[in-house]
This record gives sequence, structure tokens and C-alpha cells, in this order.
Amino acid sequence: MFMILGYPAPLMFGQLLLGLINGAFYALLSLGLAVIFGMLNIVNFAHGALFMLGAFVAWGLLNFLGVNYWFALLLAPLIVGVFGVLLEKTLIARLYKLDHLYGLLLTFGLALIIEGLARNEFGSSGVPYPIPSLLQGATNLGFMFMPIYRGWVVLASAIMCLITWLIIEKTSIGATLRAATENAPLVQAFGINVPRMITLTYAGGVALAAFAGVLAAPIYSVNPNMGANFIITVFAVVVIGGMGSILGSIVTGFGLGVIEGLTKVFYPQGSSVVIFVVMVIVLLVRPAGLFGKAA
Amino acid sequence: MTLSRRSLLTTTAAGASLPLFGRRARAQAATIKIGVLNDQSGPYRDTGGTSSVAAVQMAVDEFASKGFKVEVISADHQNKPDLGTQIASQWYDRDGVDVIMDVPTSSVGLAVAGVAKAKNKLHLNIGSATAELTNGACAPSVIHYIYDTYMLAKSTGGATVKSGGDSWFFITADYAFGKQLQADTSAMVLASGGKVAGSVAYPFPGTTDFSSFLLQAQASGAKVLGLANAGGDTVNSVKQAKEFGITIRIATMLMFITDVHALGLDVAQGLTLTESFYWDMNDKTRAFTKRFLPRSPNNYPNMIHAGNYSAALHFLKAVTDMGLPAAKASGAAIADRMKAMPVVDDAFQGSIRKDGRGMFPAYLFQVKKPSESKGKWDYYNQLQTTSAEDAYKPLSASTCSYIKA
Repeated sequence: MFMILGYPAPLMFGQLLLGLINGAFYALLSLGLAVIFGMLNIVNFAHGALFMLGAFVAWGLLNFLGVNYWFALLLAPLIVGVFGVLLEKTLIARLYKLDHLYGLLLTFGLALIIEGLARNEFGSSGVPYPIPSLLQGATNLGFMFMPIYRGWVVLASAIMCLITWLIIEKTSIGATLRAATENAPLVQAFGINVPRMITLTYAGGVALAAFAGVLAAPIYSVNPNMGANFIITVFAVVVIGGMGSILGSIVTGFGLGVIEGLTKVFYPQGSSVVIFVVMVIVLLVRPAGLFGKAA
Repeated sequence: MTLSRRSLLTTTAAGASLPLFGRRARAQAATIKIGVLNDQSGPYRDTGGTSSVAAVQMAVDEFASKGFKVEVISADHQNKPDLGTQIASQWYDRDGVDVIMDVPTSSVGLAVAGVAKAKNKLHLNIGSATAELTNGACAPSVIHYIYDTYMLAKSTGGATVKSGGDSWFFITADYAFGKQLQADTSAMVLASGGKVAGSVAYPFPGTTDFSSFLLQAQASGAKVLGLANAGGDTVNSVKQAKEFGITIRIATMLMFITDVHALGLDVAQGLTLTESFYWDMNDKTRAFTKRFLPRSPNNYPNMIHAGNYSAALHFLKAVTDMGLPAAKASGAAIADRMKAMPVVDDAFQGSIRKDGRGMFPAYLFQVKKPSESKGKWDYYNQLQTTSAEDAYKPLSASTCSYIKA
């Protein structure tokens, strides 16, 4: 059999693919974080909780209203996005003039409250969410058995990342957004409603988290801890990619998923720390992150 | 310093209720305080958690009190040994807790047993699996109630090897419990002439994606995949094995009815597992369950919940038997009294051995097909019963030091 570094090739290909799948979640989540940090200068620690909320909204839509997966993929981000508008208007908007630390504390507190409430309501084992019938089953790729749904996750995530990147880098809305980040009073002088734009940006970032949550629902059991399990890793991804860098978070998200996947073969005990080891090295060599601009 | 909110509240409450004058102090002394310490927010919440607290409270309510009051408090150890040690010390030293119960997560269970041993206070461990609690880490004031890794290896492992599953690959939670379960099961497999093809240890807690390890198991060519993990981790492993079309036979070395419920029969059907209690086993267990459900509406009782009930009841009987002052004076003395009395209640009938090992039969169950299940939580077919003497490590092989003295 063809071997790579002493391991059978099919096993290695399988691991690379699995790494990409996990990377898809890292990319989507860190993208939302990067958008929010880039535009609002807020470190959104509630991101994991909102990801979890997206999954629970999808579950609720299915079980109480009979709304299927495909509509949930649209509706859940919208609903959680509206919730995001509420959060931004009532709480977060008050912190823009203060130190980063206040935003961190507020969003961290929000995450604890949202997760605690969900835990009281649903327990920690979580609730099952079925894979949509169109994407059930698996195909044999020769080197591994590939669940169709997981393939869809990589595809959907890649498309969503591309769309977000295009909107921010290539459209006039995106250009205004970026300009407002650089110099808000000047943009406001052109007659653009900057506060509203910021609110919508937060809602957009949050909607991305909810979208990832719906994607994750059929894979993991929908449970209150699902966001907390991801969020720390995702923050490391954002730091490695460069705080606020859109492209950085996408590339780093997928890349680190693969690195983590390979660690699971060579030294499984270390798979939860490898990303932080990379983070330390990157911060030593390039303090602004791989794609970040030095301040 | 880390302090959980709950332990902070408990401490503050205890401080506020310090005896102000003599009569109050005497009233306090006539109270037995039970502390339930377990995972109330993480992966083991549903296997123990608030349902275990409810089970202890039920035992207290049903116990016809003989002249003393009983108070139950609880805390979340978040699966952290340091936090568990800290709460245990505080409970024993400052809050006047007479017995700490449940304590799942073997790493935390071992830590709390250490505290109990040093202070000669009673610890009734129900939730932890590691057989070390009655071997290397045994103590005169520690009782390990309803199951351990040796018994799981013997029952589930033994039956699997007997039916042809003679080469194993392990996916193991990388801490005290997973390692001990893997070691005990490996020993069992090797002793029966089988072999171990390989293993992976994954970081606990925090791992949610097991697909990578499942593919490694598949590639190893072993006949049986032994899951040396528990709770939410087992649920995720089994679910993802089905998703990735893993064809080798899975042995869930530790699984509870609450996990089967989370998986759904569709995915869980056909799995074999060992528990020492099933709610639908006989009239007594059904009667117990009927009384328990109003206190824990979302969770039918598994062996940990039932074990907490039984242990609390047995403890209160022993306290009544020996009198309050003697019971409060020494953890080892009350443990000795519990060992001298037979355990008889609706959930368990058996005894406690001199090394602190609870002696109850182990039942091997197979999860029903969806078509066989007739109602809510009707999940198990019973395959075999292993008597307590066969299920647990014999005293002659024990590494517990105090029973040899």
C-alpha cells in the first residue's frame, strides 16, 4: 500500500478531508468575528453562544413549526440577526467609546447567560437534529467513506466565505463600511448613517455564526455547550489570521482545521493544544498575525 | 482562585447562619448534612447532575427521621479536580458536611476520596468509574457504590470476546477514567486469548469530533472498537460512527440509559452495555421510578441516580443505628457500620465489602430495536446477569492496603 510518513495513504487523505470539514466551521465562525472586530472594534465573546442559538432556532423551527432544514438555513440567521440588532442597540452600542475590555466583559457575560438558560431548558446531552433527506447517506471515495452532508458543509461554508469577502472587498457598500472604520465622522459628513451601518454589520456577523450553527446541527447533537467548545479555538484562529482580517480568517480557518486533523493521527493527545502552539509561534514571529497589518 | 458561584453561595449562606447563641448551636448539631458534588453543566450533567441531587433528596424525604434533621446541599465541580478538592475541603471543614456523595469524573472522584481519607470523613462515591477507588486509592472512610471499570470490563468486555470479538481498538478519554477502563478491558481481552490492535487517547473534556479516531479504528483492522469514554462523548462517537459508515462492532464500555435516550433507538439499537440498575426490571424498580419521575421529569433514572438514592438511604439507616454523635465523630466508623448492614431498598439489594466495594449484580443489556420498544424509555433487553462475586475484582487480587493490615 502507498504510504505517507509511515501511515497508509487512504488514512491520511481521510484525515485531510476531515480537517477541511472542521476548518469550514472555524472559517465561518472566525469570519463573523473578524467582520465584527474589524468594523466595531468589539471582541465578540458571545459568538459561540450565538452559534449555539442558531442551531437551537433551527431545531425549534423544525419541531414546533415544521420548518425544514433549507428554510431554517435562511430563517435562523435572520432571527438570530434580529436578536443581534437588539443586543447591539441596547447594550453594545454604549461601549464604543470605552476600552476593549468592557466589550469583552459584556459579551462574555452575555454568552454565560445565554448558555446557562439553554442548559436549564435542554440539559447537557442536547437534542437530535436529523440530516435533511436530500443529503443523507455517504459516497465511497475509495480512500474513505464520505458522508454527503459533510461535503455539503465544506461547500456551503466556502461559498458563504466567498460571498462575504466579495461584499466587503468589491462592492460599494463594502467600500463605505471600510471607509467608516477608518474615519467615521468623515463618512457621516457624506450623509451616510454610520450608527445604523454598524448595527447591521454586527447583525451580519452574528447571522454568520447562526448560519454555521444550522450547518453544525445535524453533525453534533444540538447542545448548550456546542459553542463553548468551538469559541476558544476560533479566537486563536482570528489571532493567527490577524485581528479583523477577512481573508486571513478564512485561510487560517481552513488551514488550522487541516493541521489539527493531522495532529489527531500523529499525536492525538495534543490535538486540543496544537492550534495554540501555532498561535504562540505566529505571535512571536509576526505579532500582527499572518494577514494583519501592523498597527 | 477559582470559586464556583454555587460554592460561593453555600459558603456565604453558611457564614450567615453561624450559631449566635447556645440553643441554635445545639439545633445545628442535631443536623446531618449531605453534600452532593457532581457535574451540573458539562458532559456528565444528564448522567448525574441535578437528577442525582433529586434522588438524594427523595431518599431523605422518604426516610422516617429518628430525631435528627437532614439537609442536602449541592455544587458543580465542572469536572475539575482542583475545584472538587477545594469544595470538598470547604464542605468538610467549614460547612459541617458529614458526607459527600456522587462525584462522577474519576479524576475528581480520586481527588475527593483523598480529601475524605485525610480528614477521616465519609465519601460515598457513586458516579466515578475507576476501580482505583477500592484499590490503590482505597480508604476506610470511602465507599464505591454501584459500578467500576473492572466490572464493566468483565461484563461487557467478557461477553463481547466470548461472542467472537477477539481483537480490539480503543478510543479513550485521556484521563484517569478512560485509561483505567482501557487497562481493565485490555487485561480482560488478553486473559481471554484476544489481542489489542491499537488505541488513541483524545483530550478530555472538549473533544466533539471523533471522526478522525473512528477512521483510525477502521484502518486498524480490529474486530471490535472499544469506546473507553462516557456521557456526551460516547453519544457523539456512536453517532459519528454511523455517519461515517464504520462497520466494525462497537463496544460502549460505559453507557447509561440517559445516553441511549440522547442517541435515539434508531442509532443505538443493538449496542450492548452494562448497568447495575434498570427502571423496568421488576415491581420494586418500577415503583421507585414512579416516585422519582416527578422530581426529575426529563430524566428516567439510570444506575447513578438510583445509586445515589440507595446510598443516601443506607447512610441514614446506619446513622440512626449508631447514633448521631458517633456517626459525626468518624467517617471510618460510619463506613464500617454501613458495611455491617445489608443494603435493602427498592433500587438495590446487596452489601458493601470490607474494602468499600458495593456488591450488587451487573446486568448486561442490549438496546432494543425501535420496533420492539413499546413505550417511553422502553430501551433494554436483558442478556445476562453477573453475580457481584464474579463481577468485581476478588479481594485476593486487591491492591488496597488497609484491608491487609
